[in-house]
Amino acid sequence: MTRRVLNFVAFLLLLLAAWELLVRAGAWNAVLLPAPSTVFVYLVGAARDGTLLEAALVTGRRLGVGYALGLVGGLPLGFLCARFQFARDTIGVLALGLQTLPSVCWAPLALLWFGQTEAAMTFVVVMGTTWSILLATADGVRAIPPIWVRAARTMGSRRLHTVFNVLLPGALPAIVSGFKQGWAFAWRSLMAAEIFITILTGFGLGQMLHYGRELHAMDQVLGVMAVIVGIGLLAEQILFAPAERWLRRRFGLSL
Amino acid sequence: MTNTAQLLDADLPAKLVLRGVGKTFRGNQGDVAAVEHVDLEVAEGEFVCLLGASGCGKSTLLALVAGLERPTSGEILAHGTPVVGPGRDRMVMFQEHALFPWRTVLGNVLFGLELKPGLPRRARTEVAMYYLELVGLTKFAHASIHELSGGMRQRVALARALAPNPQVLLMDEPFAALDAMTRERLYGDLQEICRKRRKTVLFVTHNVREACVLGDRVLLMTPHPGRICGDFRVELPRPRDINGVDIATLASRITTTLRAEETKDGGR
Ligand SMILES: Nc1ncnc2c1ncn2[C@@H]1O[C@H](COP(=O)(O)OP(=O)(O)OP(=O)(O)O)[C@@H](O)[C@H]1O
Ligand SMILES: [Mg+2]
Repeated sequence: MTRRVLNFVAFLLLLLAAWELLVRAGAWNAVLLPAPSTVFVYLVGAARDGTLLEAALVTGRRLGVGYALGLVGGLPLGFLCARFQFARDTIGVLALGLQTLPSVCWAPLALLWFGQTEAAMTFVVVMGTTWSILLATADGVRAIPPIWVRAARTMGSRRLHTVFNVLLPGALPAIVSGFKQGWAFAWRSLMAAEIFITILTGFGLGQMLHYGRELHAMDQVLGVMAVIVGIGLLAEQILFAPAERWLRRRFGLSL
Repeated sequence: MTNTAQLLDADLPAKLVLRGVGKTFRGNQGDVAAVEHVDLEVAEGEFVCLLGASGCGKSTLLALVAGLERPTSGEILAHGTPVVGPGRDRMVMFQEHALFPWRTVLGNVLFGLELKPGLPRRARTEVAMYYLELVGLTKFAHASIHELSGGMRQRVALARALAPNPQVLLMDEPFAALDAMTRERLYGDLQEICRKRRKTVLFVTHNVREACVLGDRVLLMTPHPGRICGDFRVELPRPRDINGVDIATLASRITTTLRAEETKDGGR
């Protein structure tokens, strides 16, 4: 494990060193693609004066709220679709259609409905999260072997007890991968939305990218991009890696 | 008839009574009469084996007694009251182990106990551990299901079925997927457990010797539609040896009857 981490770190350092040397040798115009050291200086400065942290918090809050709402909507709807043909034929089909729509496509409508407010941003994130979580949950619950439910019934499990103690845990592998996919969609759509929409109530990472371009501050653009990658990786490690480790240990899956 | 068998018949009320039970499934290729006109009484503490070829309705009959399926005709009584659904007095061990992979071994055994009212946490764990000891899996209490061998899984399933202390145990070919050696050890365990805990057992199998080793009675079933066509009392002392001469003799007698019934059926 450490060996593999070291491999990657060495590779990254080599890449950055090559990049740095090429810029210093004047291989291209440093305004278009500044050296890693310039980006690093920017990052240190932005971290010191707090702009980076503030933007990350604004973006994080939008993502957190939208994602949570997507879960709250997607999970129960997914269960409904799994259990009732009628729900499958209505909400299920709708979800299938809407899932193919990149959720940033909702941005024009969201602006019209909510104006330049946090609600518009949240809406875009919710639209990106809900459908994939709904579909993954529905598939996962439907794939549960009926014998688990029968066994639970003989032991006295009924209705809600069955839902929470058999269907939910039984579908967990599918649900977690749905969560992960929902997260990826939400993160991408929020970045797209922040770049395109200016919201007066908060200045997120996407907007920092946008203004970096306007100001021709490529060090800012690259720095913020690095932060976005970092947050994505961190979320993966904090939110999903432990859940997947647990699933693998219990279910014995190779996810 | 031995003394004990007479006693069982005379003094104790039948634990399970099936009167004219039939079950017809509506399938894609028309209706299938899985079980028809089954009359059966099982006395308290009796170990009854249901023997028959694949598809003759053994699992269906078990599901009916379990209350997982409703009969299309006839009635089923458990302890004198009609069966209208599943109940903790009748626990099932399924053809496949049906254990919950998201729970540990202990967690699986606890599942039924958690649903039993008025049982505090400590007591639940104690009961579960008692049954894990009974099936010899104390050391694996915190293991995941996928880490166990097939035989160990079936023993967990047995512990899970026993834990809520049902009066009736319904077992559907629980050892079919196991190798001969593991199976023989489990025969011993099961006989020992039933002696200790005094259960009424309905045990489905298509292995004639298995039925002879375990059963106080062996019932034969024929397919299309599933019916009971023979009733053998096994009066050999326990514990029985599956490789013994007595078992072999009885098994060949039963096999002959089964063949005769099948040819009768085939001539139809
Ligand atoms: N849910 C169902 N729907 C339709 N037909 C069914 C259903 N369950 C069972 N059957 C039919 O009922 C008959 C008896 O099935 P059952 O599973 O009880 O047989 P079995 O004796 O347990 O066989 P095996 O030894 O292979 O387990 C079969 O012909 C089967 O096709
Ligand atoms: Mg069967």
